[in-house]
Amino acid sequence: MNNEFTASSQKYDAVVIGVSAGGLNALTTLLPKLPNDFPMPVIIVQHRASDSDNFLIEHLGRLSNLQVKEAEVGELAQAGFIYLAPANYHLLIERNRHFSLNVDPPVSYAIPSVDVLFYSAARCFGEQLIGVVLTGANSDGTQGLKEIKQLGGLTIVQQPETAQERYMPDAAIAETKVDYVLPLLQIGQLLTALAEGGVE
Amino acid sequence: MPSKNELWVFEVDLLLEAIFFRYGYDFRHYSRASLERRVENRLALSDLSSPSEMITKVLHEPAFFELFLKDMSITVTDMFRDPHVFRVIREVVFKQLRTYSRVNIWHAGCATGEEVYSMAIMLHEEGLLKRTRIYATDYNNRSLEVAQQGIYPVEKMQEFTANYHEAGGKGSLADYYQAKYEYAKINDIFNASITFANHNLVKDQVFAQMNLIVCRNVLIYFDQHLQDQVLTLFANSLVHRGYLVLGDKETLALSKVQDEFECVSYEQRIYRKLAKV
Ligand SMILES: C[S@@+](CC[C@H](N)C(=O)[O-])C[C@H]1O[C@@H](n2cnc3c(N)ncnc32)[C@H](O)[C@@H]1O
Repeated sequence: MNNEFTASSQKYDAVVIGVSAGGLNALTTLLPKLPNDFPMPVIIVQHRASDSDNFLIEHLGRLSNLQVKEAEVGELAQAGFIYLAPANYHLLIERNRHFSLNVDPPVSYAIPSVDVLFYSAARCFGEQLIGVVLTGANSDGTQGLKEIKQLGGLTIVQQPETAQERYMPDAAIAETKVDYVLPLLQIGQLLTALAEGGVE
Repeated sequence: MPSKNELWVFEVDLLLEAIFFRYGYDFRHYSRASLERRVENRLALSDLSSPSEMITKVLHEPAFFELFLKDMSITVTDMFRDPHVFRVIREVVFKQLRTYSRVNIWHAGCATGEEVYSMAIMLHEEGLLKRTRIYATDYNNRSLEVAQQGIYPVEKMQEFTANYHEAGGKGSLADYYQAKYEYAKINDIFNASITFANHNLVKDQVFAQMNLIVCRNVLIYFDQHLQDQVLTLFANSLVHRGYLVLGDKETLALSKVQDEFECVSYEQRIYRKLAKV
């Protein structure tokens, strides 16, 4: 089915996604594309208002083949789950793959910040990490994606022309020589293919 | 050969050992991901290229260590942060505190004091302030200075006011501060009830018997080992049936002391120490 991408042997252990304005639509399109046996955790920072937590989780949970939940302190990141950062906290992942949170100042005006998650995930997963930047109207995620690339991870950015807000994808692409620039549906296909054994 | 990443981990380990050896501050059991971000920021700000370079400076320049200590405490705090918690404290916890003639409250990790004044305001409105002694502690002296002065940027007052009302405030927050230019100063009426003091949760001991301990958004910076140690300190510091309030994302669920407490409100992270059996 994912004939566009042919197999290679690179194995990945986690996907991190950063998304801001336009994120509800983007995640609504992307997440249902991941199969229920998707073999690695998906960890998302979505900028949003503090009181929309439950709505977002329930909404995405209904559409997704995977279980969607808020990441909790001390919880082990596992396959089968899509984790969302809680509002008003930075989400980080420790080297033992357990989540942690903090209330440090906003980064690029954002808390949770994509950069903060990406930095820690890059340190935790190194080459086994896939970083994805989607629609958004600020530059959060740019530095983090660069870090993922520098530590050998795979970088994917939503094609700016197809993004509801292209600022965040543009910023990421300007700073890093990213591996793939794709529309949402193809990002879904690519992630699935990578999970099944990778692509050339 | 170790990878770049492994080398980084090793260097940060050594840095934390150096700080402990030289100054007695023990950051070895802080959450590592958050701590490493601060190390990274400090490297950038001081134009250094590796944690190893920080070790030399930390060992030989106390002023540089002061900077690092400041980095370790830069966080965000608000008046009536998570207003629903303050509402339940007011409605449920105060009802019990009212039955005591003297009340001790400890804000551990009080940062710049916003949370402490929030509590004092509620106590005042409920007629409990006079019988209460509030101990507000942090290990960061600069934060304590700000806390003691009670001076905050005036533009934050709008958000604080909204929080205050959501938390069940009975008057107007403006009754409790004077705005001047870009600052708002909390009224002096609370000074007599609050003792600000330096206390390091990692190494300092119990100093009084408490009826209520509020420690919010501090434990998230600690690993499980250190959380257990600090929670044990709290358990020992509380009177029987005393209350413990944690941050919105913190819980006793994984801790060693969970059997010593009952949950008053899981949603608001309000716990109560069980009577000794
Ligand atoms: C995020 S602030 C919490 C402020 C307030 N309780 C709140 O929830 O808004 C965390 C505070 O913990 C303090 N802290 C960190 N380690 C500490 C230690 N070992 N002993 C005492 N305070 C500590 C920091 O200095 C900082 O002021």
